[in-house]
Amino acid sequence: MQWEVVIGLETHAQLQTNTKIFSGASTAFGAAPNTQACEVSIALPGVLPVLNKEAVHCAVKFGLAINAEIAPRSVFARKNYFYPDLPKGYQISQYELPVVGKGSLTIQVGDSEKTIRITRAHLEEDAGKSVHEDFHGMTGIDLNRAGTPLLEIVSEPDMRSAAEAVAYAKKLHELVQWIGICDGNMQEGSFRCDVNVSVRPKGSDKLGTRREIKNLNSFRFMQQAIEYETRWQIETLEDGGTIQQATVLFDPETGETRAMRSKEEANDYRYFPDPDLLPLEITSDYISDVKQSMPELPEAMKARFEQEYGLPAYDASTITSSRGFADYFVSATAAFGGEAKLVANWLMGTLAAKLNEEGLDISASPVSPDHLAGLLKRIQDGTISNKIAKEVFDAMWTGEGDADAIIESKGLKQVSDAGAIEKIVDEVLAANAAMVAEYKSGKEKAFNGLVGQVMKASKGKANPAQVNEILKQKLA
Amino acid sequence: MSLTTDDVKRIAHLARIEIGDDEAQSTLKQLSGILGLIEEMQAVDTAGIEPMSHSQDLTQRLRDDVVTSTNQRELFQSIAPAVENGLYLVPKVIE
Amino acid sequence: MIHASLKDLAAALAAKKISSVELTQLYLDRIERLNPDINAYITVDAEKSLAQARAADERIAKGETGPLTGVPIAQKDIFCAKDWITTCGSKMLGNFVAPYDAHIVEQFNRAGAVNLGKTNMDEFAMGSSNETSYFGKVKNPWDRERVPGGSSGGSAAAVAARLAPAATGTDTGGSIRQPASLCGLSGLKPTYGVCSRYGMIAFASSLDQAGPMAKSAEDLALMMNVMAGFDQRDSTSLQRENEDYTRDLDKPLAGLKIGLPKEYFAEGLDAGVAQAVQEAIDQYRKLGAETVEISLPNTRLSIPVYYVLAPAEASSNLSRFDGVRYGYRAPEYTDLLDMYSKTRAQGFGAEVKRRIMIGTYVLSAGYYDAYYLKAQKIRRLIAQDFEEAFKHCDVIMGPAAPGTAFKVGEKTSDPVQMYLEDLYTIAVNLAGLPGMSIPAGFSNGLPVGLQIIGNYFSESRMLGIGHAFQQATDWHTKAPAGIE
Repeated sequence: MQWEVVIGLETHAQLQTNTKIFSGASTAFGAAPNTQACEVSIALPGVLPVLNKEAVHCAVKFGLAINAEIAPRSVFARKNYFYPDLPKGYQISQYELPVVGKGSLTIQVGDSEKTIRITRAHLEEDAGKSVHEDFHGMTGIDLNRAGTPLLEIVSEPDMRSAAEAVAYAKKLHELVQWIGICDGNMQEGSFRCDVNVSVRPKGSDKLGTRREIKNLNSFRFMQQAIEYETRWQIETLEDGGTIQQATVLFDPETGETRAMRSKEEANDYRYFPDPDLLPLEITSDYISDVKQSMPELPEAMKARFEQEYGLPAYDASTITSSRGFADYFVSATAAFGGEAKLVANWLMGTLAAKLNEEGLDISASPVSPDHLAGLLKRIQDGTISNKIAKEVFDAMWTGEGDADAIIESKGLKQVSDAGAIEKIVDEVLAANAAMVAEYKSGKEKAFNGLVGQVMKASKGKANPAQVNEILKQKLA
Repeated sequence: MSLTTDDVKRIAHLARIEIGDDEAQSTLKQLSGILGLIEEMQAVDTAGIEPMSHSQDLTQRLRDDVVTSTNQRELFQSIAPAVENGLYLVPKVIE
Repeated sequence: MIHASLKDLAAALAAKKISSVELTQLYLDRIERLNPDINAYITVDAEKSLAQARAADERIAKGETGPLTGVPIAQKDIFCAKDWITTCGSKMLGNFVAPYDAHIVEQFNRAGAVNLGKTNMDEFAMGSSNETSYFGKVKNPWDRERVPGGSSGGSAAAVAARLAPAATGTDTGGSIRQPASLCGLSGLKPTYGVCSRYGMIAFASSLDQAGPMAKSAEDLALMMNVMAGFDQRDSTSLQRENEDYTRDLDKPLAGLKIGLPKEYFAEGLDAGVAQAVQEAIDQYRKLGAETVEISLPNTRLSIPVYYVLAPAEASSNLSRFDGVRYGYRAPEYTDLLDMYSKTRAQGFGAEVKRRIMIGTYVLSAGYYDAYYLKAQKIRRLIAQDFEEAFKHCDVIMGPAAPGTAFKVGEKTSDPVQMYLEDLYTIAVNLAGLPGMSIPAGFSNGLPVGLQIIGNYFSESRMLGIGHAFQQATDWHTKAPAGIE
């Protein structure tokens, strides 16, 4: 039996506003418990909600970024249930009429592109937090987070593999940061994904029963969790079992998903429009204003990079996967004035690797766009070879100055004097008769060995192209 | 639509109100009476009528994204049933 | 002094004929003497009241007098008042010291009025007789074996027994107008959104409105000048130009067209009440108004609609009472679910629990369309009835309640019986219109109220219409016996 996995994501992005969605309490992270829990946040009797202008702005920006319909009129609804971190006993959310309607996001999986449809996105408030340290058998509740604005983004079940799901989640993660509505900090809970997974026989168009994996706070765990869950569901069905709808948690230690224990019967949330709030009206004028003020979006920028800079699709896509990277690229290319592809290669290769190694964001790169441009200029004008350039880069990274200063102080200038190189080649040929013989007997590889020896003898400074030429001449 | 005591217990659970068997019985009677009253609505033809949530056809006013609250934890927690280290205490929540 | 109007009290204070401290003490003494029987007040705090009175006297000394500076006003215990226990008539909030002031309370404080104490009410404003209060029933000063009406029964009894010159109330389905009628007072429920609901403990959010209760329409106007106004903390608060509610008090009535809904004079109306109301309407004719019969065909449906919408909203509004952050928590419980269930079972009274159950039921899966949505649609029909009616008249008049004050315990065995008390008042809340009740006469020695319903934002005109009646008659000056 061939199986197909069907995956949909529900993502909660905390909006980067100064205050909560329905009150003037601060949303700054890390405050002492309940010091940012105003009377509205703790649901004192008699308090009322008033909607945060900036939260609306964020929602509209997002809707525009995914080419979605923005509802001219949307309604806030109460989702009723009891939990200690939900002070009112209901969450103010949106139900039948969300602010953002259908849109889509394009993801890159390997070499191909796929469009993932987004069903809707709506505004709602976050709940507080339970602190599970034992307070002599009790749990502690911190309501600082209660009321923080969230945008809940719901995808269609369009994904067919863990890789696609992760690609979508990553794209979404980057997008919300790109347009400045969410800081994307998954450790702090700013961006949370719940994944709905079901399986069905390949070719079937009926959806299987799905299980929801909650509380995934890293892409790596998401990948593992989905893969495990998929295998588990298939095995269960192949063994003749059935899948029960459930909420599951992923255990990073074991790599397994497990249905939550005290899962009650499906909640009856008794949604109804919140009578304390009026319908949210969004005019087309407002939408135009927001559109004007939006930064260029990744898709458009990618296409532009392909056009203007002649970058291949893959490069354009990688560089525009982050606003930081895109901005860096543009600055460095402008400062360099040479081939954009060279900048792209260094950015995607050496720079990215270094950033990764040290866990740094590009905004914290010790090598600035100007510095990189300076380095690339010296490669282009032949002052240094590519290999030496890497040494120079490392030195720039540790703050030893700009390219010129380092080349000077370390005496790394490339040797391009034909005479000097010839001398070294002659010495090497003389000292490596065996290798010469091998080459002459047909072993092409020996040539590289000789090149290597010349480079070594010149401490890497000999101009490689010239070395090649001169060696070839001398061995002819 | 007639209610049963099971319905009453289910509703009470949704509303988190403890209800014993006797009380469920008497509540059932009273609720049935009230539901009988509201059944009168079914006879009315409301085809094409828009539901009315608010008397004025207004839209939501927006608030500037500026912090206006100060930390009043001490005051607010002075009236709380159980607090420790600034946290509200409740019976352990099992995930 | 105890029968003096707010206007006269303010004048006396300004002229320093009496100080706020003296006036406040006068009422505090009366409360001490008479309240144990009538039970109009849940909380009295002489120290706090007198401190406010002293501050008011200082303002008066400086010449900073406003229309209510130094005047003691009773506050319905549904308004949060900082540092005052605010119970909402419930065990659930029996120990709740409010940490902030409701907007209405802030308005009175700004005006320099004195908080005379927190008045009794039906628990969480659910009731029409003030018999559901955890703090005991309130007695109607006109006949101590009868109810004062509800839910603002304490405020009504306080003003009627001259234990306060005026009081605040709230009206969700008639809770100002009906007790005003049963206690011989004037009471006004303004257009929805005119008074801020911030700090007013919510019952049914789309229906609740704060309003004044006093001895005359003129006094109501003075109260409205303090109570009304935009509050940015309430999304349903209306942003309008500030109004002077006294501006139409002396407007002549000639040409006034009064609509009389035939549904308000049909079965269910007590004959004595009908008579008193008809005589009051005759009085209006004498004053130059003309009457026209109108119809509000969906009147009867207002009760089922109300008893779907109000409990639905209430069931959600009352979910915050869970024993976690304030208020009552059950002393014994095994786990979280048990804590919630016992806290709410013990903290809420029977009527409140009934309404929460109804509300939960009508919102539950499968029933939303048939009940909640249906009710909202009929609500629009009811509002349209009024819209149509106001094409043919300026104001609508009729009884405020189907009878006079009934005996304690008379209607408590069948909730539906009690709900029918609201027959004439509920539609007004559903439509969001302003409604007022003024004393129109007596039936068997008990007060009868005339209800006046105006179009949106016509409070000032309505008050003038009430004032005209009160210039020509003296029903509103009558006080019960035995309160000296």
